[in-house]
Amino acid sequence: MSLAGPPEGAGSIDPGLPPPRRPRLRDGLRAEGGRGALIATVSTVVFLAVVAVLVLNSPGWDRVRQAFFDGTDFAASLPDVLSGFWVNVQMFMIAEVLVLAFALLLAVIRAIPGPVFFPLRALSTIYTDVFRGIPTLLVILLLGFGMPALDLQGVPDSEMFWGIVALVIVYSAYVAEVYRAGIESIHPSQRAAARSLGLSQWKALRFVVVPQAVRRVIPPLLNDFVAIQKETALVAILGVREAVREAQIYSTSTFTFTSYVVAALLFLLVTIPLARFTDYLLDRERRRRQASSG
Amino acid sequence: MRKLLAVLAVSALVFAACAEDDDGAEDQPTAGATTAASCEKDSLNLFEDGQLTIAASNPVFPPWFQGSVAGSDWKDPSPESGEGFESALAYALADELGFTEDEVVWVEEGFNKTYAPGPKDYDFSIQEISITPKRAEAVTFSDGYYNANQALIALDDGPLQDAETLEELQSAKLGAQIGTTGLTFIEEVIVPDDEAAVFDDTSAAKQALENGQIDGIVVDLPTAFFITAVEIPKAEVVGQFESTPDVVEEEQFGLTFEKDNPLVECVNQALTSLRDSGELQAIQDEWLSETVDVPVLG
Repeated sequence: MSLAGPPEGAGSIDPGLPPPRRPRLRDGLRAEGGRGALIATVSTVVFLAVVAVLVLNSPGWDRVRQAFFDGTDFAASLPDVLSGFWVNVQMFMIAEVLVLAFALLLAVIRAIPGPVFFPLRALSTIYTDVFRGIPTLLVILLLGFGMPALDLQGVPDSEMFWGIVALVIVYSAYVAEVYRAGIESIHPSQRAAARSLGLSQWKALRFVVVPQAVRRVIPPLLNDFVAIQKETALVAILGVREAVREAQIYSTSTFTFTSYVVAALLFLLVTIPLARFTDYLLDRERRRRQASSG
Repeated sequence: MRKLLAVLAVSALVFAACAEDDDGAEDQPTAGATTAASCEKDSLNLFEDGQLTIAASNPVFPPWFQGSVAGSDWKDPSPESGEGFESALAYALADELGFTEDEVVWVEEGFNKTYAPGPKDYDFSIQEISITPKRAEAVTFSDGYYNANQALIALDDGPLQDAETLEELQSAKLGAQIGTTGLTFIEEVIVPDDEAAVFDDTSAAKQALENGQIDGIVVDLPTAFFITAVEIPKAEVVGQFESTPDVVEEEQFGLTFEKDNPLVECVNQALTSLRDSGELQAIQDEWLSETVDVPVLG
């Protein structure tokens, strides 16, 4: 089943019918006015109070607080976990750029029409099927320990290098599908119009279809970025000391878990702003379409 | 709104039910604590009456565990075999406490879970865990049952093959297993220029060593012997490190119990009598005899 299916819904080109607006958190409040806001506030407070009372009075809370939320351990593990997190940041910055480019290449190959290009299209499809189907951890293990074992001249044996390569390979498969969904959501008439203006198949793709497609899939792209950021933790299996591994080192040597909370907070520090930014882009895109249709 | 309230009410009930459950589980150990003075088999504070439930990681590793048992949940080696230092010790302790071999039940428990807060579903765990004061805040340790020196493994044709001093190791890329004293030793005694690589288990570390991704591995001496004898014949034990108590406390392995489990008193008594009778030494000689005659790196 293709991800995008026939162009419809979000892919509609009828400018008179903007896609239905996504309901948002504060819409409910706005609709019900002051009363709605009041009810929402009260129910939130009640809910949090009930949860807090239950957790704080649970028989194991004292031990859990000691193990997971200890100020001394927080301060003691922060420097190491932070320096580990810098490794994660480097890995996902490099990986994201490469994924962006490589995945687009894969998606475009799959979109090239004409029977001559069937082998290329098949190759791209097989690639996506294979690497979307293997757990990322296995790809990291196989490449990270397997490639250096070949002992080939000029093949780097750095764990971080192979970790990044594995992330790029796996995530390009996911992101290629996102691009493809975008490309297939562009109505065929766009391509036809481009061709009728005298553009070649390739140029129609390059100047008409892909630019529209990419703009349309920016939110899901950013979604995959968040995923890559978290998956960099898997490279730890090769011995790379990123944030989660540093947290684990602290945890195993002291028998406490607070360092994991430190690592979790550091990841949130990066992923939450990106999630808000994605929302903002979605909003802007929607406003633009509404404006152009009005 | 009504729906939300219903959800709240239901989740409150669920939470309350969970909390009650925990209460019930918590009651048992405390009830046992008051009667822990006697170490008669019937009055022991046990997880399951009439049997000694011991946890080990799966897989377990030689020389701590050796020998296989048909139909065991552990493939090879299996702790149920009674062979290997820790398996033999566990059965000797059980015997000392009055349990027959059939009354010893082994359960699987990952290393991380041994120190997670909350009730344990076994009496104690035996998996070469080093005693440190900080760790003792989270679990209760038995007395130490083995002193392990750290040792360096390197490839026969590798850059560390002829290393004799700690200084020579400072420019090397070293690796260790997570949670081991080997890692602490690298970071606090050797202090190499490059950060040590840290692996989940020894199989990952040895793959990295064979690939040349690291120059050497620091592990406890008995494990070092096993790795070089069986797993990486191309490698050898370059030397052992003398314990330096001012930096890394002498490594003592201890059994871990749920925090404040009174059973530890009785197990310590059993351990002491094994030590006094010379049986502990005999078990050690039988399974860990090769650790003598290794040059000391200083």
